[in-house]
Amino acid sequence: MSKQYETVIGLEVHVELATKTKIFCSCSTEFGGAPNTHTCPVCTGMPGALPVLNRQVVEYAMAVGLAANCKITQVCKFDRKNYFYPDNPQNYQISQLYLPIARDGYVEIEVGDTKKKVRIHEMHMEEDAGKLIHDEWEDCSLVDYNRSGVPLIEIVSEPDMRSAEEVIAYLEKLRMICQYLGASDCKLQEGSMRADVNLSVREVGSKEFGTRTEMKNLNSFKAISRAIEGERARQIELLEEGKKVIQETRRWDDNKEYSYAMRSKEDAQDYRYFPEPDLVPIVISDEWIENVKARQPELRTEKLERYKREYDIPQYDAEIITGSKKMADIFEATTAICGKPKKVSNWLMVETMRLLNENGQEPADIRFSPENLAKLINLADAGTINSSVAKEVFEKVFAEDVDPEKYVEENGLKTVNDEGALREIAAQVIAANPKAVEDYKGGKEKALGALVGQIMKAMKGKANPGMVNQMLRDMLK
Amino acid sequence: MDILSMTALELGRKIKAKEITVKEAVEACLKQIDKVEDKVNSFVTIDREKAFNRAEEVQRGIEDGTYTGPLAGVPVAIKDNMCTKGMLTTCSSRILENFNPTYTAEAVLNLEKAGAVIIGKTNMDEFAMGSTTETSYYGETKNPWNLEHVPGGSSGGSCAAVAAMEVPYALGSDTGGSIRQPSSYCGVVGIKPTYGTVSRYGLIAYGSSLDQIGPIARDVSDCAAILETIASHDVKDSTSMERTDTDFTSVLVNDVKGMRIGIPQDYFSEGLDPEVAEPILEAAKVLEEAGASVERFDLGLVTYAIPAYYVIASAEASSNLARFDGVKYGYRTADYEELHGMYKKTRSEGFGPEVKRRIMLGSFVLSSGYYDAYYLKALKTKALIKKAFDQAFTKYDMILAPAAPTTAPKLGSSLSDPLKMYLGDIYTISVNLAGLPGISIPVGRDSKGLPVGMQLIGDCFQEKKLFRAAYTYECLTQKKWISDYDKTQTAGKEEA
Repeated sequence: MSKQYETVIGLEVHVELATKTKIFCSCSTEFGGAPNTHTCPVCTGMPGALPVLNRQVVEYAMAVGLAANCKITQVCKFDRKNYFYPDNPQNYQISQLYLPIARDGYVEIEVGDTKKKVRIHEMHMEEDAGKLIHDEWEDCSLVDYNRSGVPLIEIVSEPDMRSAEEVIAYLEKLRMICQYLGASDCKLQEGSMRADVNLSVREVGSKEFGTRTEMKNLNSFKAISRAIEGERARQIELLEEGKKVIQETRRWDDNKEYSYAMRSKEDAQDYRYFPEPDLVPIVISDEWIENVKARQPELRTEKLERYKREYDIPQYDAEIITGSKKMADIFEATTAICGKPKKVSNWLMVETMRLLNENGQEPADIRFSPENLAKLINLADAGTINSSVAKEVFEKVFAEDVDPEKYVEENGLKTVNDEGALREIAAQVIAANPKAVEDYKGGKEKALGALVGQIMKAMKGKANPGMVNQMLRDMLK
Repeated sequence: MDILSMTALELGRKIKAKEITVKEAVEACLKQIDKVEDKVNSFVTIDREKAFNRAEEVQRGIEDGTYTGPLAGVPVAIKDNMCTKGMLTTCSSRILENFNPTYTAEAVLNLEKAGAVIIGKTNMDEFAMGSTTETSYYGETKNPWNLEHVPGGSSGGSCAAVAAMEVPYALGSDTGGSIRQPSSYCGVVGIKPTYGTVSRYGLIAYGSSLDQIGPIARDVSDCAAILETIASHDVKDSTSMERTDTDFTSVLVNDVKGMRIGIPQDYFSEGLDPEVAEPILEAAKVLEEAGASVERFDLGLVTYAIPAYYVIASAEASSNLARFDGVKYGYRTADYEELHGMYKKTRSEGFGPEVKRRIMLGSFVLSSGYYDAYYLKALKTKALIKKAFDQAFTKYDMILAPAAPTTAPKLGSSLSDPLKMYLGDIYTISVNLAGLPGISIPVGRDSKGLPVGMQLIGDCFQEKKLFRAAYTYECLTQKKWISDYDKTQTAGKEEA
């Protein structure tokens, strides 16, 4: 390959908003649930039913828009996007085309040491579709409208990204913003955050954009990275062979690491957008915007600086903890109870992260309460339990949010500080291990460790190792 | 006692006074239906069992004080585009031939709360698209005054049922004249209120930005009382308005002194049948003599209303009717291959020609590349028409106009030339485009004996002025043009 190519990427990101009810009716947005139980005439497209806008959706969309430095459209409207598909009960989606809620923003990303702005073209509100289930056995299709009408925002970037790293940094940034605002949990696996990648390549130095393709079905950051690398290579290969890139929508198959053409520009549907006559325009006053701004919580950058300053924890710790809103919330709440920031941070960074990774979970999935983590830290700190017992108890706290005080009590895990009992066991161990005693007395320090181990084993781990050590030294003098 | 000749309010009073039971009222209606329905065909669905059960329930409710309103116990017919829980709701279309709604439309609920007894669902043009009630999948409705003529449309079934004495009153809906024009053809009173006065929740949409539900009855007082009952601010309908002035019966006085009435020259020119113009202008004279000032003026933009209306209504309809696809409810074709084959065949078989024509027209005007030239331009026209009315209402309290250029045409004479049929909507559609209230009241008959209606158009929220003027006219002429039982019998005899 003689020529140098540059990749140009723009993203369309769908984020499911964390409202309790749907965008146009009062049905629950809860994930799961038996099929078609979170439905009503509105979200199943019954004749005569009418949409009523959920105000919270506008609030969240505004909050995200403001956090991404967008201008809020103060008279904004909904439009109908017409297309036939069974997961779309009205055969039109209520979305925004002509006057989206937010426009002309940007977010700052960091890759390596380089900072860069990714511009946001626009952000709009819309309703999600239901879910089709193809029953191969019965040779029929079923539809579940539980997800129909769940609120979404679509965030459309400008083609400002040049690599998979930048794309991931941009997505991480959006995810952080949404999570911090409480606007969404942004779980890619569950589909509450979805990204379509628009990608083209061009020779380095060229002013013109190349022909772009749009890739869909990207369910993880890893899949997005792979899809970008794959599509870049495919397009360069075409150009090198003197062929043209066709403007089309492609579906990424992450197992085969290859994308397939879904439809070309020629087959593109005409959505026949027009203003939704069943909804009135949303008029957003300056006051409303100021209100949302005032309620805007501290975002990650500010939080990170504050943690370093207020809690005196290192940059590295602060980065990991503020990497998730949930983690940061637990950190602050736990610290407020036990007053030991560095200890809390250690438990979160080491044991919590380890267990999350082992379970394939994200920080947003954490279920234990700050109260119980604080109790555990206090138990360990007071020497009531030793560190290996503490880890064992924490696994219980992590999995079931048990009360560590009760758990330790009920399972008899308290460190034994009873000198008489310990001395008795120690005497037995000394009597049973004359060789080790001989070695120790002969100057082999290591032999003492073996004896401590024997005692700990006999005490089922509940002894205080420091105390045992000291006692042995005294006894063997 | 002749129950059938009573207005809704008269019947309501007799029921309240225990001179007539609810059951007797229902029986009288069903008896009349048995007598004339096979000739008139006002109904798609008649539910006797439900009506009798409900009659018992309402009778008890009246006795125990649950229902105290003036319409308690009075039978009613509902246009078949309003959802009624557990009662077939077809929009007179094959595509909803088996559709039983899971909920009841808000306007109908309001009637039920007032103790109404639903007799059945009335015939209409399919999805309210048409001006004759001939596009119904369930056969055309005939004009009770002359069975060879149409009742008008699209609320033809509701108007015919009231004129044929099958029910004292009915609900209709009006997107481009669908209450006022058939009221005029059938010699009954019908009002389309200001857009947003009656909830559209549960009204199966045709043109969402234009649709309004309204009452059809035998006199102005009934219409005022019914509208008072069905008007409500409904949080389920975002276009519903909060109004505190819906006590329409409070303005029913015989007095139009000082009222300023404007007559648009443009409406009384070419195209208006002189046999229609004459009784209307005579009615204007009656009001003038009673103390109103009557003046001619130029409204303007009249010829733009029809194209603007058909672009907007069809565009909205093409999207509103997309949900009828054989997936979730209604008709699904028997044999098909693949999803798109199912869609195409279901919709081809399920919709009639007029509905298909408007879906295609609407899809076309919204297509990329045509949107600005058609849809956007139509919206601009709509805004200009509203402005023209706003200007007129700075000078006049109301506008006096025909409801249709002719009296009811003969059956079978309209559908072959849809463009001509569309032109027949010229006096009614601007009112929908501007969101205004309009009432149609009978003012005479043509040489064939067919009724002529006069339309009074008010500014937004000015229904009270319309009711007052219409009521005054009615008092001064002693309702002499209202259809009655005997005439229907005559019509029946002629047919036999």
